[in-house]
Amino acid sequence: MNLQRRKLMQMTALVGLMASAGLITQAEAATWDKAAFEAKSVDDVVKALGGSTAPTVSDKVTLRAPDIAENGAVVPVGVESSLPATQMAILVEKNPSALAAMFILPEGAEPFASTRVKMGKSSNVIALVKSDGKWFMSAKEVKVTLGGCGG
Amino acid sequence: MASPMRIRATESGGVVDVKVLMRHLMETGLRKSSDGKPIPAWFITILDAKVQDKVVFTAEFGPAVSKDPFLNFKLKGTAKKGDTLVVSWVDNKGETNSSTVEVK
Amino acid sequence: MKRYAILGTFVVALSGVMVAPAWAQTSAGEQLKAYREALADGNPAELYEMEGEELWVKPMGPKKASLDTCNLGLGPGVVKGASAQLPRYFKDTNKVQDLESRLMTCMLNIQGIPESETIDAPWGKGQKKVMAAVVAYVVTQSKGMKVDVPANLPQEKKMVALGEKLFYQQGGPMDFSCASCHSVDNQRIRMQDLPNITKAKGAQAGWGSWPAYRVGNGQFWTMQHRINDCYRQQRMPFPIYGSDVTVALSIYMANKANGGEIITPGLKR
Repeated sequence: MNLQRRKLMQMTALVGLMASAGLITQAEAATWDKAAFEAKSVDDVVKALGGSTAPTVSDKVTLRAPDIAENGAVVPVGVESSLPATQMAILVEKNPSALAAMFILPEGAEPFASTRVKMGKSSNVIALVKSDGKWFMSAKEVKVTLGGCGG
Repeated sequence: MASPMRIRATESGGVVDVKVLMRHLMETGLRKSSDGKPIPAWFITILDAKVQDKVVFTAEFGPAVSKDPFLNFKLKGTAKKGDTLVVSWVDNKGETNSSTVEVK
Repeated sequence: MKRYAILGTFVVALSGVMVAPAWAQTSAGEQLKAYREALADGNPAELYEMEGEELWVKPMGPKKASLDTCNLGLGPGVVKGASAQLPRYFKDTNKVQDLESRLMTCMLNIQGIPESETIDAPWGKGQKKVMAAVVAYVVTQSKGMKVDVPANLPQEKKMVALGEKLFYQQGGPMDFSCASCHSVDNQRIRMQDLPNITKAKGAQAGWGSWPAYRVGNGQFWTMQHRINDCYRQQRMPFPIYGSDVTVALSIYMANKANGGEIITPGLKR
């Protein structure tokens, strides 16, 4: 096998070893999904998350977000689902990179997560839920009175 | 103190509601300082919660998560009153922080 | 004509500032209320409160002593309910003091830290950073209580009168005073409702909700910081941190707010 591949495998093995030796926490062993977080558009994020088709809009996915955010720097957003979920995500369509946060749900973690995100401008906010290997979604427009990225 | 982190974990009807508030600048890398130079991106990348060394929840953050992040999640069957919950995070610079709380 | 007479029309005094009826009654106002309520749980001010709680018992300064014997008016080290009864007259300094000037007194006498350390520090840095955290901790210990500033003592009455005079004093290139924004019901600037501080209800909304965490800049602002920024917005020279001007305005507001509920630390845009 080529050098790069071997190096990658060595690294992975090392990380795994360190994790099992308790030298790094599980969080560090789990790798940050760089591709998904650097994807620009919603479609690119879905692709990076392994979605082959557009997510299905579902009323079993609940997105909680305000109609107006007084300040785009802090917008409370929650995602919840009645579907059995393994993964969830919050996207802000018009942000420079759409993916804001992702949640990995092991057995016992309820399909529920709430956080606060920055919105650069008024935009659709999208909740994605992965259930049974398929992606489902819900979207809502959130108006922002002051951009949260730079000014 | 090390970067403050406040965790509240309360059990009701078999479900543990966990709320975490943590201090972090969450710099996007898009801002510029007064001399025009970009302020480098600095943000929490991965956060996880453990009960007895078993991961019960993981969150991956991007720089779009707000400064001084807040996170709320729920556990069913993997934690109960009296358990010790450990929340840890790592950021893109490799800095880490951790805090524990007893589920009430 | 007295300069601090109630302004007949705002057009002249408020050049360049868009002032309009308050949001509170509109549907947009309802939506904003929902936004703020969603943020109420998990106020990042709690992070400052945690730091302040540690700093309160930490030995610091040339005397390597901790602040936890500081007398904020209810006895040495008593924090519960302390900020609710501030500002007030203190016999040992023979002055009316607000929370921050009183903490400076304690930092000086107990820890040997000169007042200039706090006064000269930039906002959010050095001793001002320490101060903000300690303030967050102290005010949290009065949360849910009622403002208790009857200002019955002659020294207190004098400061309230001075505060009122300052409230109406116009100055700066735009002839603004505190009253320009804060003496009328149902007024706002852009998205911010402006409480009418000349009335109990407005004073309680204002005095009862600062210090606060401002989500817009992710900073925790003490009342001194808030007053300082008001002067900046009026394009007036900055008052000196902890000076009589700031204490007088504070006790004027607190006295007007007397009996109102304290919800500090607050959460603001």
